[in-house]
Amino acid sequence: MKLRLRIWRQSDAESKGKMVSYVIDGVSEDASFLEMLDVLNEELIADGEDPVAFDHDCREGICGACSLVIDGQPHGPQAATTTCQLHMRQYSDGDTIDIEPWRAGAFPVVKDLVVDRSAFDRIIQAGGYISAPTGTAPDAHAVPVPKADADAAFSAAACIGCGACVAACPNGSGMLFMAAKVAHLGLMPQGQPERHTRVLGMVAAHDEAGFGGCTNTGECSAACPKEIGLDVIGRLNKDFRKAAARAA
Amino acid sequence: MSTAEYYTGGEPIADTKAPAGPINERWQTRRFTGRLVNPANRRKLRVIVVGTGLAGASAAATLGELGYRVANYCFQDSPRRAHSIAAQGGINAAKNYRNDGDSVHRLFYDTVKGGDFRSRESNVHRLAEISTEIIDQCVAQGVPFAREYGGLLDNRSFGGAQVSRTFYARGQTGQQLLLGAYQALERQVAAGTVELHTRHEMLELIVTGGRARGIVVRDLVTGEVATEIADAVVLATGGYGNVFFLSTNAKGCNVTASWRAHRQGAYFANPCYTQIHPTCIPQSGDHQSKLTLMSESLRNDGRVWVPAERGDDREPGDIPESERDYYLERRYPAFGNLVPRDIASRAAKAVCDEGRGVGPGGLGVYLDFADAIDRLGKDAVEAKYGNLFQMYERITGENPYERPMRIYPAVHYTMGGLWVDYDLQSNIPGLFVTGEANFSDHGANRLGASALMQGLSDGYFVLPNTISDYLADGPFEAVDEDHESVAAALGAVNERIEFFLNNDGDRTVDSFHRELGRIMWEYCGMERTDEGLRKAIGLIRDLKAEFYKRVKVTGKAAELNQQLEKAGRVADFFELGELMCIDALHRTESCGGHFRAESQTEDGEAKRDDEHFSYVAAWEFAGSEPVLHKEHLEFEYVKPTQRSYK
Amino acid sequence: MAVSGVLMVLFIIAHMAGNLHIFEGREEMNDYAHGLRTFGEPILPHESLLWVLRLGLIASIGAHLWSGIVLSRRAHLARPVKYAHRHKARGESRGAYGVMRWGGITIAAFVVWHLLDLTFRTVNPVKDVPDAYGAVVATFAPERWPVTVFYLLALVALGFHLRHGIWSAVQTIAGPGPVWRRRWQAVALTVAAVVVAGFAIVPLAVSFGLVS
Repeated sequence: MKLRLRIWRQSDAESKGKMVSYVIDGVSEDASFLEMLDVLNEELIADGEDPVAFDHDCREGICGACSLVIDGQPHGPQAATTTCQLHMRQYSDGDTIDIEPWRAGAFPVVKDLVVDRSAFDRIIQAGGYISAPTGTAPDAHAVPVPKADADAAFSAAACIGCGACVAACPNGSGMLFMAAKVAHLGLMPQGQPERHTRVLGMVAAHDEAGFGGCTNTGECSAACPKEIGLDVIGRLNKDFRKAAARAA
Repeated sequence: MSTAEYYTGGEPIADTKAPAGPINERWQTRRFTGRLVNPANRRKLRVIVVGTGLAGASAAATLGELGYRVANYCFQDSPRRAHSIAAQGGINAAKNYRNDGDSVHRLFYDTVKGGDFRSRESNVHRLAEISTEIIDQCVAQGVPFAREYGGLLDNRSFGGAQVSRTFYARGQTGQQLLLGAYQALERQVAAGTVELHTRHEMLELIVTGGRARGIVVRDLVTGEVATEIADAVVLATGGYGNVFFLSTNAKGCNVTASWRAHRQGAYFANPCYTQIHPTCIPQSGDHQSKLTLMSESLRNDGRVWVPAERGDDREPGDIPESERDYYLERRYPAFGNLVPRDIASRAAKAVCDEGRGVGPGGLGVYLDFADAIDRLGKDAVEAKYGNLFQMYERITGENPYERPMRIYPAVHYTMGGLWVDYDLQSNIPGLFVTGEANFSDHGANRLGASALMQGLSDGYFVLPNTISDYLADGPFEAVDEDHESVAAALGAVNERIEFFLNNDGDRTVDSFHRELGRIMWEYCGMERTDEGLRKAIGLIRDLKAEFYKRVKVTGKAAELNQQLEKAGRVADFFELGELMCIDALHRTESCGGHFRAESQTEDGEAKRDDEHFSYVAAWEFAGSEPVLHKEHLEFEYVKPTQRSYK
Repeated sequence: MAVSGVLMVLFIIAHMAGNLHIFEGREEMNDYAHGLRTFGEPILPHESLLWVLRLGLIASIGAHLWSGIVLSRRAHLARPVKYAHRHKARGESRGAYGVMRWGGITIAAFVVWHLLDLTFRTVNPVKDVPDAYGAVVATFAPERWPVTVFYLLALVALGFHLRHGIWSAVQTIAGPGPVWRRRWQAVALTVAAVVVAGFAIVPLAVSFGLVS
């Protein structure tokens, strides 16, 4: 199939970017979206042009590196699918596709479609862990965990840290990412001792990083390739309220 | 036929760190004999850890907890994206929670046997011992393992094991374990013991006064090339499966860090030992950039078949039972569809070579769930495999509930890697290697659910204990930027970058990488022959020469330049590919993942040659003619036998 | 946002219920209005209930506005470069972003008009404060249809505002699980519908001459 691509090009963080049009022909419907961009890049290099920079790594939907806003939707039109798992059979001959980077002040553009998501790492540094230095652990069966809690914790922990939630949120909030970690650790018995300090620390780091506030629009969850539900946000709110009350 | 024209024989080597004595006391002995570093002195010692996968993140976090000053590097934008994240199946541990007869000794035994008697008994036993501590550690970190209704951990049998010792977190065990290690790492970053450098790539090892003292890194965002000096360097940089271009590895996985260390003198051991995974989604066209693994668990319920006649291009549903060949069930009645990975892979290749393969290019076999759906019902099949079926449909556009899946083998894991002793130290003092990047524990073939175990064992428990014996001599004398070895390393890196950017070429890096991958897959893949390997070495040498002549890299040095990154990696893959072929050529036996067509039983099974090849092949870099050092392997506890899955 | 919103929701429900007195007739309506002023007398001063409500409302509005402005400002800073391709919302509270922001401004503008009209009577033909019934009938008289239309428009904005606002407040304060979140979303929709219907019926009844 033949497609027209309009891609955000920006040579570095300081430069001003713009949408640039490209036409690509002979795209196989079995190709993934990123493979389609690979083909485009091969053509650009052959023409002596700078290929389009984009983040990607595992290409099987788990590393969270890929990060394109495709026609206004993070990771494109297919639900529960990362960009790398999106395939060209979703498109038809003659389509025009707009490709932009994640847009968030906390995720500055590095080049073209590549953004800096280190703000997420800083949120984790502020409490997204259980302090269990190597060697200190009791036997794995010392503390049973109800299956329902373990399953719910897993669902929250399935977050791949891609940042689609931020990209989709009209407020540019990182709430879903942060809440998924708070919910995961807060559901495990091992996570209880630090439950309050964790939520206070992470929320402070989130706000400090320049993410917007959460207004419960639910766009994050709809864009989440791992379908993390809004209930994790409810959990964070509840934990935050209790922690703030205790700290006061 | 002699293979000596390709390499030179060198002195044998030995692992001098492994203690003697009863095998179950060796690790304890080594921890006692190894010297310690006083807590107050640890903060004066600087350790570089390259890589943030299971083996890297766990090592960096643990070294930080111990009080060393750690500098941790990864090329990804976050440590959490290292490719350990993609491991699906699970992690083995000899907990014997099932009371089904498991023990440390049995895990040890299974791993030595599974490795086809090409691993060290001491290392494997230590791995089996530590396996139980890993689970404890990960549970304490809050890793949400699958649990039963009573709240205790669930286990499953994996990869044909007779005991249920695999712990798992749905199909995302690697992800959850890595996030545990990543969180521990970020905790140390916050505590100030670990400095994290993301989007940085190691491009050279600095060896000064016979010791590994630092690395040269390129900041992938600004392009700045800088040096980092330390008292020890740990490489946890993963495997080299991407030499095949198409593999289940992430696109960024590369051998550069290991290869640069190899060029500085570190021996590369058993490079030809690669693992091919039988259940991957076949290639769909020339655009293919990687292959996706479908969990091995699918073979528990799916039946593998191809049409009985070659060239039968009917729809699978139109082929009657009598005209199908369930070749695994036919050839291996005892194990059927559950034969080990290498056997299933080779069998698939064999039927495709006969012209009976299905799908594009005839490179695929059916994995059929029709019987399972009849027997268990669609809902039960969906509950078990729903997410895998969905992934398959997304990639292929075919519905596996109605049409059998198509699968084909793909490169998955590399057992070879930098040579290390029992302390995980390479032959360069101060250079330690952990995880898939070293060669140590899996022999010629890795069992399912053992990669995660080894990565975490090395990172959490082995390295932090053994490195102190080396660091006890530190801090080592200061090395500054002007030092000859530093300047030389820096100069070499800059020169290489300049070369690529100024080369007046006309072919893209990827086009070379693809071609190299095709050569490797064809001649150094599932089945290797003397003739094929010789041919491959010639082809690789020619292609390498053409690469340096014609490769075209756009852009500048001082910017994010993904083509430049790739060019350096592919250049190293050429050299590695050649060494893999030489290693495969010299090892005229078949063992584990290395199958030489000339060495097989009458039934077409791999035939080892213990008399001549019971050794680790550790290669020293010496240009086009590497030097072979042999480390003899002793088997005191598990006597070598020929595998049989009939 | 959530706490001030909840207080205002409670007020709105009470206000709506009070409005329905109009269907009992002029005297009952005016008695109700009078009752609000004299509630608690003579033990409490005149209009004490009203003043408590007024102060509470002013505080709530202030807090609500302030939170809204802070959130909008943060949202603005959090996305300095907008998307070139805007896709329509698909979240559970789809469209809530625009609805809350622009709907909130519409409602605020309406409240000003509403106070001038039916509280201060500045723009109402009936200046006699005790005659609440008369004021309502006069303002929604058929020939003053634009007033009714404005009122109804503001109600629609209020309805959407409540649909999102109520469950959003519950989400922020109580943090329900997935099942209860769905239930609260249903409750929010129901309350929004009842409030819109309960308020709309009065001006419509006047405009169509059912109450005069």
